Amino acid sequence: MKRGWYGKYGGMFVPETLMPALEQLEREYRKLNRDSNFKKELEMYLQEFAGRPTPLYLCRRLSKELGIKLYLKREDLVHGGAHKLNNTLGQALLAKHMGKTRLIAETGAGQHGCATAMAGAVLGLDVDIYMGAKDVERQKINVYRMHLLGANVIPVHSGSMTLKDATNEALRDWSASVENTHYLIGSVVGPHPFPMIVRDFQSVIGKETKEQILKREGRLPDSIVACAGGGSNAMGIFYPFIKEEVELYAIEAGGKGIKKDEKQASHSASLCVGENGVLHGAMTKILQNEYGQILETHSIAPGLDYSGVGPELAQLCEDGRVRAEMVCDDDAISAFYTLSKKEGIIPALESAHAIAYVLKNADEIGELVVVNLSGRGDKDVESVARLEGVSF
Amino acid sequence: MGDPSIEESKKVVEIIEKSGADIIELGLPFSDPIADGKVIQRASERALNAGMNPDLFFDLVSELNVKVPLAVMTYYNLVFKRGIERFVRDCSTAGISGIIIPDLPPEEAGDILRACRKFSVEYTGFVTPITTPERIEKAVEVSTGFLYIVSRLGVTGGTTSISPLKKLLERLKQYEVPKAVGFGISSPSQCEEAISMGADGVIVGSAIVKLVGERKYKEIEEVLRKMKEGCLRGLKRRIE
Ligand SMILES: Cc1ncc(COP(=O)(O)O)c(C=O)c1O
Repeated sequence: MKRGWYGKYGGMFVPETLMPALEQLEREYRKLNRDSNFKKELEMYLQEFAGRPTPLYLCRRLSKELGIKLYLKREDLVHGGAHKLNNTLGQALLAKHMGKTRLIAETGAGQHGCATAMAGAVLGLDVDIYMGAKDVERQKINVYRMHLLGANVIPVHSGSMTLKDATNEALRDWSASVENTHYLIGSVVGPHPFPMIVRDFQSVIGKETKEQILKREGRLPDSIVACAGGGSNAMGIFYPFIKEEVELYAIEAGGKGIKKDEKQASHSASLCVGENGVLHGAMTKILQNEYGQILETHSIAPGLDYSGVGPELAQLCEDGRVRAEMVCDDDAISAFYTLSKKEGIIPALESAHAIAYVLKNADEIGELVVVNLSGRGDKDVESVARLEGVSF
Repeated sequence: MGDPSIEESKKVVEIIEKSGADIIELGLPFSDPIADGKVIQRASERALNAGMNPDLFFDLVSELNVKVPLAVMTYYNLVFKRGIERFVRDCSTAGISGIIIPDLPPEEAGDILRACRKFSVEYTGFVTPITTPERIEKAVEVSTGFLYIVSRLGVTGGTTSISPLKKLLERLKQYEVPKAVGFGISSPSQCEEAISMGADGVIVGSAIVKLVGERKYKEIEEVLRKMKEGCLRGLKRRIE
């Protein structure tokens, strides 16, 4: 296979200025990946700072109700409240070993921004976070958290003023600052080697899950369900199971249904209905109009609200290895309530999409099911309350 | 193209030719221009809001009444979505002789290079101050038109100091391909310096695009004339 490609998807579609940085990143990553000291250091941070391993929890009440055994991989318990820190700790450590002194990152809801700020703080690196001006307005608490963690948040006023524009701006910054700065991308997207590196750092989720389920049940699950925005929590839990006989489901945001016009889609389901194209450095499935202009997207879950998806995940879907499905806003919200009331866990709205899929399709996905609970819902409490007409 | 309005952009191209440009680069706007600074970003947004699209672009270009060679500058997804062969054929039919795609490194350019050969359209590679010798070879190899020398790290617009380019231009002397310096070129003295150091041309983007957006057509003429004079002074210095 061509370097940096996963079948039809992947590649490095970036300005020449960034090519040396990507080549250096790949070289250094391959070297450090084999370095036992680097691995030990990362493991220490994952355990002592992030709180790994996370539990695999059996949902007793829901399991009974659904007539299956439903386990949750509790990434909501990772420090910061989501799986994001697995990746940011890995990449920040990598950046530090490469002699970089500054991290930049894009963020939508602010989850990845906070996780980057945490990793930067703990490793003593400067952090600048690009965030769409609309998101800065919508996610004030996370903006303030980043500020508390010592990061500088830069509002982006171009384009649709959301995640894709923040990513554009981070890439622009990086092309001016490559010499001392690492671009800490937040999902399995972007040019090679990012999709590979982020997938590897997130694979800790799947490795732990495999050990835990074998210990608890003596067998592998029938299926694993994860939500997919860029696809990092999905790739992370799927990867160690790709060669096993386990059904893998990637659940995308169906938003308000499958509609689009010249500029906007009312969903973010790039795996389900996207078309091949190049966005943010990779050939993948993207939401675009007939001319190839990128569409703005919609989801109630800010972390899923993105027009592209990781190239490797796109290829796994194309190959039929992973099944891509959609869950709409309303069903995700209803799953958000269900998990809160029946299991005492308030899930992130992103993760609620995966839960919703299981609630609706429990009779078709086997008897032993694992959902990657990618994050906790504290960040979404305010927007759900607003839907109920409650404001604080 | 498409800024300040679809109709006016034809007039702008004619003004630019009249002011002494030797090649005119026409931007086909993309929603997510990652190699561009604020000025070109805003112009792209305005053009897209005015309804600019590739169909319209090729129609407009076919109607242009200019004699200098034309090049299109756009992002890869628009080319890919149209179909690479179709895009290059449309360029050829509309009278465009060169293609510039800032987000397409030589590694991924195989298909478009084949199409360019087939339809006799020229392709442009990029080098920057941090491009390695191996990558310079690759960029030169794919450049059938000119080689784009990115003056500094970063995106288009802003200002640039030319002097650090001296080393790069010296390293490039051994290659016969014509070399044009771009990114942040906005003054006659930069033009003079770049040409005197061995560049064969300069590429002026944001400085003109900004004036186009403000409909300052008279100033475009003046600015370009002065830059052209700068280039000629640079050439004289180089010969001496
Ligand atoms: C809790 C949570 N889950 C999922 C996602 C989606 O990202 P990915 O698909 O890369 O896992 C996000 C992104 O912000 C998130 O915060």
